[in-house]
Amino acid sequence: MASVGDARLADAPREAWWPQVLPVVLVLSAFGVYATFRAFEGAFYEWGPYLSPFYSPLIDAHHHYWPFSPALLILGGPLGFRVTCYYYRKAYYRAFFLDPPACSVAERPGRHYSGETKFPFILQNAHRYFLYLAVVFLAFLWHDAVRGFFFGDGMGVGVGSVVLLVNVILLTLYLFSCHSLRHLAGGKLDCFSCTTFGCPRHSTWRGLSVLNERHMLFAWLSLFSVGFADFYVRLVSSGAIRDPRLL
Amino acid sequence: MNGKYETHEHDVLIIGAGGAGLRAAIEALTQGARVAVVCKSLLGKAHTVMAEGGIAAAMANVDQADNWRVHFRDTMRGGKLLNNWRMAQIHAQEASDRVRELEQWGALFDRTEDGRILQRAFGGHTFKRLCHVGDRTGLEMIRTLQDRGVQMGFDVYMECAVTRLLKDGERIAGAFAYWRENGRFVVFKAKSVVLATGGIGKAWPITSNSWEYTGDGMALAYEAGADLMDMEFVQFHPTGMVWPPGVQGILVTEAVRGEGGTLRNRSGERFMERYDPRKMELSTRDVVARAIYTEVKEGRGTEHGGAFLDISHKPPEYVKRKLPSMYHQFLELADVDITKGPMEVGPTCHYMMGGVKVEAETAAASVAGLFAAGEAAAGLHGSNRLGGNSLSDLLVFGRIAGLAATEHAKKTAMPTIDAGQVEAAEREMLAPFERKGGESPYTVHADLQDTMQKLVGIFRTEDDLRSAMTQIAKLKERSQRLAVSGSRMFNPGWHLSRDLQAMLTVSEAVTRSALARRESRGAHSRIDYPNLDAAWGKQHNLIANRSGNMELRQTPVIDMPEELKLLVAEEKGAA
Amino acid sequence: MAEAVLKIFRGTSEGGATAEYRVPVAPGMVVLDALHHVQKHAAPDLAVRWNCKAGKCGSCSAEVNGRPRLTCKTRMDSLPQDQAITILPMKSFPVIKDLVTDVSWNYKVNKKIPPFTPRPGADWKFSQADIDRVQEFRKCIECFLCQNVCHVVRDHGKQEQFGGPRFFVRVAGLEMHPLDGLSRTKLLKDELGIGFCNITKCCTEVCPEGIHITDNAIIPLKERVVDDFYDPVLRLVRKIRGAGKAADH
Repeated sequence: MASVGDARLADAPREAWWPQVLPVVLVLSAFGVYATFRAFEGAFYEWGPYLSPFYSPLIDAHHHYWPFSPALLILGGPLGFRVTCYYYRKAYYRAFFLDPPACSVAERPGRHYSGETKFPFILQNAHRYFLYLAVVFLAFLWHDAVRGFFFGDGMGVGVGSVVLLVNVILLTLYLFSCHSLRHLAGGKLDCFSCTTFGCPRHSTWRGLSVLNERHMLFAWLSLFSVGFADFYVRLVSSGAIRDPRLL
Repeated sequence: MNGKYETHEHDVLIIGAGGAGLRAAIEALTQGARVAVVCKSLLGKAHTVMAEGGIAAAMANVDQADNWRVHFRDTMRGGKLLNNWRMAQIHAQEASDRVRELEQWGALFDRTEDGRILQRAFGGHTFKRLCHVGDRTGLEMIRTLQDRGVQMGFDVYMECAVTRLLKDGERIAGAFAYWRENGRFVVFKAKSVVLATGGIGKAWPITSNSWEYTGDGMALAYEAGADLMDMEFVQFHPTGMVWPPGVQGILVTEAVRGEGGTLRNRSGERFMERYDPRKMELSTRDVVARAIYTEVKEGRGTEHGGAFLDISHKPPEYVKRKLPSMYHQFLELADVDITKGPMEVGPTCHYMMGGVKVEAETAAASVAGLFAAGEAAAGLHGSNRLGGNSLSDLLVFGRIAGLAATEHAKKTAMPTIDAGQVEAAEREMLAPFERKGGESPYTVHADLQDTMQKLVGIFRTEDDLRSAMTQIAKLKERSQRLAVSGSRMFNPGWHLSRDLQAMLTVSEAVTRSALARRESRGAHSRIDYPNLDAAWGKQHNLIANRSGNMELRQTPVIDMPEELKLLVAEEKGAA
Repeated sequence: MAEAVLKIFRGTSEGGATAEYRVPVAPGMVVLDALHHVQKHAAPDLAVRWNCKAGKCGSCSAEVNGRPRLTCKTRMDSLPQDQAITILPMKSFPVIKDLVTDVSWNYKVNKKIPPFTPRPGADWKFSQADIDRVQEFRKCIECFLCQNVCHVVRDHGKQEQFGGPRFFVRVAGLEMHPLDGLSRTKLLKDELGIGFCNITKCCTEVCPEGIHITDNAIIPLKERVVDDFYDPVLRLVRKIRGAGKAADH
């Protein structure tokens, strides 16, 4: 067999895997660096009615009990949701673990592989619990987004209001396209027509399935939007720019 | 011969793992037989997977007026009354049960609003009768049967090709075969043998059939002394792809017309109005195939020599849901989006109505211990098969063959294998390796296909058929000089050299029978005898092997009971 | 007429190398046509598995220019014309000869799966909505390209512990069948090793039938395995209800 394998390998045109993997590595790394910096910074997360999504919900802002950045108290939730997300798993297994680097590119030989059967990756099975948590976060973020339209002088629309609103919409789409949610909503049923509430659950499942097909898109868009929303709040909060009022 | 050949012993040996073979195996297992299935390809790849439109069964889920009598009448009329009436009756009566059984084994047919099996319209069927799964019904059927059989535990010999049936005196004793993988020979010892080997389409170049369709079962039966019947009736499906050249012949399901597709010629005329104004596109296959052929021949064909088949007036989503594989087939292979524009289609060799002559009640051939079912057997379809009747045929007569083969096995002792026959079979297989500088089997095959396409096609004449006989005789001579190179390991050239012998046998049988039948009936159209002939309507052509020579004789069509005659005559022309 | 150069693997389990063949290219030609041309004119013993040549039987799988494909659905004009087309047998299965591989492992895995077992008292009435998703899985033509491309098989050789995408699709079809009464989650977890799948989606990418293997079959099955084995709350609920089996299965 070895000789056959070699002959086949020698003649096989190599699929170009770097271009597939590189953008994922760059974007996720950049986001990771920026988010870590912002999480520890513990400042410039609020301005007027705006609250950075990295700091929402805002807990113990005045350091009565927690001496460090308040973001550190809450970021585990959204982070866990993304880390255990079925889409991101694919992306980082391929990009960071090269498991596999590309579909027809062989991995480094002889490496032990246990997939998601052993610690720590077996914890990926907890994705639904991060989903439950993410729902709570999403409620806060909607609250923040709505609050972003109420300025000291009454209702209005600033660029920041729009940024926060767009962000929370994208996050909502990301959450609603989640595989675990789709399962809970109706995917777990075998027979829709013979289950109580089968019909509405089928409709819900169908709707979520349509969103689910775009889970990857929403995963990236919401990643950019949440990063940008924080960045925007930091800009106005630090005084680097002024938030233009649109209305 | 002990030890010289790998040998397996079974009660029932089934050759072919398509719908009929698998259904026969399941039945034989149910009856407690030790069953082996031998197939030329991998399990689940048989030609049945390509059946698209559906299974005809008078379940009356959509049209409540439907019942077995109407199905029976449609089948008899479609076959121009040359059918074995008893087979047609059993088929119409049992098809619904066979479909329900599939569902109980896990098949998932498309549903009606009230949750039952949905049925669609098809050519020649009075009512909406075809139980279907989009346009991949055959795949659903074969996967269901395959899983059922695997679960019940049959022995499957995959990629193993039978070259000879072995006999113990006048009865069947088993079969001689080779493993495609390594070329080693194997002997199967069995009390009953069921032929479920399908058709003969590969004798024509433009065909919807897969490479396996080389008439093996019919040739094996013929060599073993069994009678073949109705061999002149070869169905050309009206709609095969015609462009690009590489995909010529690939089937375009009748379901396109069943779902409302229209046929037009190059000037946009809906020409079926001139051939069958009442049934139009849903006329029987022989009529539609001849219509398209005539349009093309008289200069009204499309650029690539076909007709336009158009379903683009239906909503794109509907087309994609009901005809998904057609949509992809045309998009990927011909760059045509069938939701936007018409397909180009033309006749393609599709189905063999003739085959091994069998008894209606037992599927038994005229050699003791030999049975045949499905396309390999003759009788049910008469001179022309209705779409959808093939899948139901496989189920109904596959089951009957499995049942009868088991019964036969139960009351028979294990036969003994004659070493002489085995050695002769081996010599025959090894001969092409020993010849130097002989002919390539690929060339002889191509020449045979050319002959059959030109001379034994949709329209036939005395002169063409006579010259085909001459050509086939020459090809048979050339086939005795075939040489193959390489080893016995998975060697397609060698495999073809054997399949070619079968194709030559059935081609000769087809041509001989076609020459004899001086009338036009169903799929057999003679330009020189364009009408039905009452006398021929009462005769079948039989082909038999008389010490190496092909003999043709006639046998009368079995007379129907009066009540069925009345049923067939009822509302004549109205349905 | 344009001409293409094919580099086809010729050899057996003992070894081999690619050989070059020249083939005239006709309009609409597919790679399998080119292989047939080679058989007819240059190498009559070239071993190729094929049946229908219409994308319906899933026999003619091979790796064309490094990508696992059905050769009957790979158009010659979809490949770069200026370089040789490399055609190799599927990498994950042992070579028998030339492009033919030993796929018997798949048939062995299939035997492990308990068949469709209807719930007692089923009335065989269910709506199209109940079966839409199962019908997607039943489109599978068993070309085994997904099995071939899956890195758990291809690179890690977990054939003994792992079922592969094809059989997750099959199990999904059984688990989501509206009338099936069995649960196969334990089988999925323990014998078919669904945990080895890290949902990197190569199976979905190569599926010629366009089945959303990962999103519609594997992930929903992973979720069902979580329901039955990894979700502590559900486990508690089951304990309280005293039911050993998940209610929906």
